[in-house]
Amino acid sequence: MHHIDPSLIDWSRAQFALTALYHWIFVPLTLGLTFIVAIMETIYVKTGNAWWKKTTKFWMGLLAINFAIGLATGIIMEFEFGTNWSNYSWIVGDIFGAPLAIEGLMAFFMESTFFAVMFFGWDKVSKRTHLLSTWLVAIGSNLSALWILIANGWMQHPVGMHFNPDTARNEMTDFWAVVFNPNAYTKFLHTISSGYVLASLFVIAISSWYLLKKRDIQFAKRSIMVAASFGLMVSLFNLTTGDDAARQVAINQPMKLASMEGLYKGKKGAEIVAFGLLDPSKTLKDNKDPFLVKFAIPGGLSLLSYHSFDAYVPGIEDIVYGNKTHHIMSASEKMQQGKKAVDALKTYKEAKKAGNVQEAKAALNVFEANSKYMGYGYLASPEQTVPNVPLTFYAFHTMVGFGTWFIVLFIIILYLTMTNELHAHRWVLWAGVWSLPMGYIAQEAGWITAEVGRQPWAIQDMLPVGMATSNIASGSVMITFWMFAILFTALLIAEVKIMATQINIGPKEADHV
Amino acid sequence: MIKKSLHWIFHLYYDGFTQMRMGKKLWAIMIIKVFILFVIVKWLFFPDILQEKFHTDTARSNYVLDHLTGENNASH
Repeated sequence: MHHIDPSLIDWSRAQFALTALYHWIFVPLTLGLTFIVAIMETIYVKTGNAWWKKTTKFWMGLLAINFAIGLATGIIMEFEFGTNWSNYSWIVGDIFGAPLAIEGLMAFFMESTFFAVMFFGWDKVSKRTHLLSTWLVAIGSNLSALWILIANGWMQHPVGMHFNPDTARNEMTDFWAVVFNPNAYTKFLHTISSGYVLASLFVIAISSWYLLKKRDIQFAKRSIMVAASFGLMVSLFNLTTGDDAARQVAINQPMKLASMEGLYKGKKGAEIVAFGLLDPSKTLKDNKDPFLVKFAIPGGLSLLSYHSFDAYVPGIEDIVYGNKTHHIMSASEKMQQGKKAVDALKTYKEAKKAGNVQEAKAALNVFEANSKYMGYGYLASPEQTVPNVPLTFYAFHTMVGFGTWFIVLFIIILYLTMTNELHAHRWVLWAGVWSLPMGYIAQEAGWITAEVGRQPWAIQDMLPVGMATSNIASGSVMITFWMFAILFTALLIAEVKIMATQINIGPKEADHV
Repeated sequence: MIKKSLHWIFHLYYDGFTQMRMGKKLWAIMIIKVFILFVIVKWLFFPDILQEKFHTDTARSNYVLDHLTGENNASH
């Protein structure tokens, strides 16, 4: 990439990563806990048992804390788009505008309106109206996540748009193609279901702590029963959506898939690595084994990616250097096309300015023919198309490993709860407590896989991050990075302190949040 | 009817707020946070670069096109 200060790119990326990772501490719990609370309230309305009302109110109180502390943490990313990523914002403007506007309206009207009824309306509306409000909060908060993830899915796999060389903007040509982008909806389902898993772990962890302390025993058992049932169901769903999401990655972002698996050389019947330690000295084309140690399942990656044990899965080197046998175009060839597109865009602009209609038309034809790989035109070397392989690999395997453990945990806890033996197995209760931080780590690891694995692209194949940044001083981005680090840490401490106080008070005092 | 609805909505919020315990602390955090984000952070540190630098969409387009074609990258 030409003439771009690498420290500016790094600080801009670091700041966005910091903001997104902190924001994502709060969001998944809200997405999932709203549903758990709705389920508990449904049981209350069905049975008329006041214990369930108390149980619902307690978890609703913790939901309120999480919602209040997390509120507006995502808006900082909008600020960053305008300041640090102004070129990117301009280029994607029309694509992001519609989904984010719908998100804003949905979040405002559904969440805000029904949140008030949910928290303040216990004695003001009928049981059924209150229950409806609680379900609408759950559905509304999840639908608002839909639009954000549609926007993110578009960046990973841009569809339903056309780049206008006169305005330098992507213009939406097919709204439904953007909405039903397979990359977007698989991501949405996987992301929200992971939030449900986290919320289940949250309820289990706090309830397990009560059981370990031998307090609020009936409340804890009741909560665990709901959370473990819900958790098992949604974690199995999460497993299938993860499989769908990974298949979309295989089709649309093969470099990301190869990095997730540390696959340098493509092969038929590629194995899936269940556990592995990468060799840190591994470089492209050095013919060294990428792994120091690994335990792999033969044919697993081919089967999961392409539904065939014999399918060929391209490796990092195939994608960078090309593979004629398997019709894989090299990054160099894409760079040549990309540079043609960039040059044609420049010629078009100048010809149009000079009033030379014929030259502008010819240049536009060249641009359209090569624009698919326009982003490659800004790269300095084919190797720049490779993301940080160790970070992508370890983040992905952490997410999958922890996710597998959560399924086992939900099964064990559900079984022991149903046989009324849970309180006698203290190690299971401790496992329930310690699985909560693992849940948060898995959440963040999922996003690291998704976002680090698609580098260097801000928009897949179209716009590398270096071209997406604004022309500002890296020092100013560095200052705001540390400012956010302090602000978010303060908010996190506030959340943990207020939650800990409320958990310590327990369900007996849950009537007035 | 409208008056009755407005009265109901007012009391939903009023009674809700007055009966809050922990909620008051949460509202304080929310208000401080929103103030910090929108008044201090946004206003002082996060200008919308293209909106501030240029007055028309055409000027913004030209700037980004220059950026994409390598004509204003030297200043990075």
